[in-house]
Amino acid sequence: MGKLVIHHERITPQNASELVALCPFGAISYETGTLDISSGCKMCKMCVRKGQGLITFTEDKKEVDKSLWQGICVYADCAGGTLHRVTFELCGKAKELSLVTGQPVYALVIGYQVQACAEQLLHYGVDKVFVYDHSAFANFRIEPYTAAFYDFIQLHKPSSVLVGATNLGRQLAPRVAARCRTGLTADCTMLEMKENSDLVQIRPAFGGNIMAQIVTPNTRPQFCTVRYKVFGEPTPSDKSSGEIVKLAVTEEMLASAINVLSSREKPKDVDISEAEVIVAVGRGAASESMRAYARELADLLGGVVACTRPMVESNLFDAKHQIGLSGRTVKPKMIFCLGISGAVQFAAGMKASDCIVAVNTDPQAPIFDIAHYCVVGDVNEIVPKLIQKIKGVS
Amino acid sequence: MRILVCIKQVPGSTNVEVDPITGVLKRSGIPSKINPYDLYAIETALSLTEQFGGTVDCITMGPPQAKAIIDEAVCMGVRGGTVLSDRKFAGADVLATAYTLSQGIQKVGSYDLILCGKQTTDGDTAQVGAELSEYLGIPNVANVLSVDGVQDGKLVLTVNLDEAIVSLEIALPCLISMDADINTPRLPSYKIRKTLSADAVRFLGFGDFEDQDPEHYGLSGSATQVERIFPPEKVSEKQTITGDAQTQTDALLTLLGAHKML
Repeated sequence: MGKLVIHHERITPQNASELVALCPFGAISYETGTLDISSGCKMCKMCVRKGQGLITFTEDKKEVDKSLWQGICVYADCAGGTLHRVTFELCGKAKELSLVTGQPVYALVIGYQVQACAEQLLHYGVDKVFVYDHSAFANFRIEPYTAAFYDFIQLHKPSSVLVGATNLGRQLAPRVAARCRTGLTADCTMLEMKENSDLVQIRPAFGGNIMAQIVTPNTRPQFCTVRYKVFGEPTPSDKSSGEIVKLAVTEEMLASAINVLSSREKPKDVDISEAEVIVAVGRGAASESMRAYARELADLLGGVVACTRPMVESNLFDAKHQIGLSGRTVKPKMIFCLGISGAVQFAAGMKASDCIVAVNTDPQAPIFDIAHYCVVGDVNEIVPKLIQKIKGVS
Repeated sequence: MRILVCIKQVPGSTNVEVDPITGVLKRSGIPSKINPYDLYAIETALSLTEQFGGTVDCITMGPPQAKAIIDEAVCMGVRGGTVLSDRKFAGADVLATAYTLSQGIQKVGSYDLILCGKQTTDGDTAQVGAELSEYLGIPNVANVLSVDGVQDGKLVLTVNLDEAIVSLEIALPCLISMDADINTPRLPSYKIRKTLSADAVRFLGFGDFEDQDPEHYGLSGSATQVERIFPPEKVSEKQTITGDAQTQTDALLTLLGAHKML
């Protein structure tokens, strides 16, 4: 799909050392008198943009005929018998993207006795719902699900495929994408559509401190996964529109080396991703007394307590309470960030919140870049006072 | 049971920033380590062989310096490992990475079980394991909480599948990705480190692979392209609540009232 070309004839020790310093990944070396790009290269093309033309990018012309690939498909996760809500969010986004190219919006349902799920999707503006319904799909098993998904792609050639980044989606999407020999971008936080049907996929990268804009220019379909609550859920329409298309399930799809023995519902814990009010604590509020205050504040506001990754890593909180890229994505009406510096991994999991209040002693903390209300101060002082005042009001 | 663990060298810290004016990544000399998620997979592999016998090897793709994490894994008790390293592998996305690993794995031997961590701390995609299993043509299961038994060429696993906890049987050979925080990874042994030999690490490059089409590796073999990188956006409308703690809490109380939180 293209490569970097070093114009060795113009390389001097002077500009070589500039190039070496330019590479954010340390992949450029100039040790034996020749400039070299190592396998550490992440193709960020910084050296192309800033390297005064010493390194250029040549693209191979191996483009697929994009006009043969039509439609934006949402994979409808219904392994639990009901549709995962991320499906509706993706339908809303797919509809929005379809306005650019005029391509139809599809939903793909794989499961057993999923007619109700398919009908429900007709209230979300999809043009067609494709259904593979068979008892072999009653439990999620990777081979039959991949086979059905791949069958659908061959039959209907969607241009883009949006998959919810559930535990199921995160296994299924890469498996199908690899079978299609095409690209997959995980955990996109923004999606846009180009007129040539290239899906612009934006996600936090390199630990989350930078954003990467990614495209899949030469292959189709273009796969991406999106976490729950990254996009807003559209209001379903009263009337249903579009049609349900049942697709044939063949014997070859059903072979599997996996046999599900039992399945039990996870114990219902406090689900921070559903909470309307969250009091989140970070390293600056890690003390036992501060955690107790955070709980009290959350109780008073009818909310839940959540935390950053370091808090989970130091065993102060269960992983279920973690907000961020490797934790939950939350979108409450209000979130208090107490003693949280606001690394982008954390921010990615909560920045869609309606109202962000941050309390931190460090005025330079990145959390203040995304907070709506910034309180530079000591949580140990402010939170107990606030609790007192709230109690005084009620 | 012959077990292979896929591991990755990641930066010791993810504190990197983009200069908003020049767009250049601010890089500091950050040390590297084994991706922490992989430690749970290594621990699972070692305890499986302790219970049921067998061997544990590991494999990684990266620059030659990635040898350091193979050494680290050997100090934990792994037999040895392979570094897949070649300039032709540079710029690989998930698709090309998984393909390169599959070529390397076919070269280093045949395995009953391939173990991966949940995700890496630098890429954070959690996709390579599933794509790798597709290339190897073996079944895969992710978010595995525990391996509960091994018999008749099958594993019994407990799996975290979103709303459900699933118990399932899977026939070997297969690939499983372990969830995080499922065990306590053992510490590297100082004794082993003292006797560490260079023989434990093997290097393989493009020339060693079966598939000799360079278009299948690195950037050429990648389907995705990074168009640009940019710093995360910052919100402009924000309000700073100043004053002493008393004034600040008063303001917060007013704020809570205005948002109908009281």
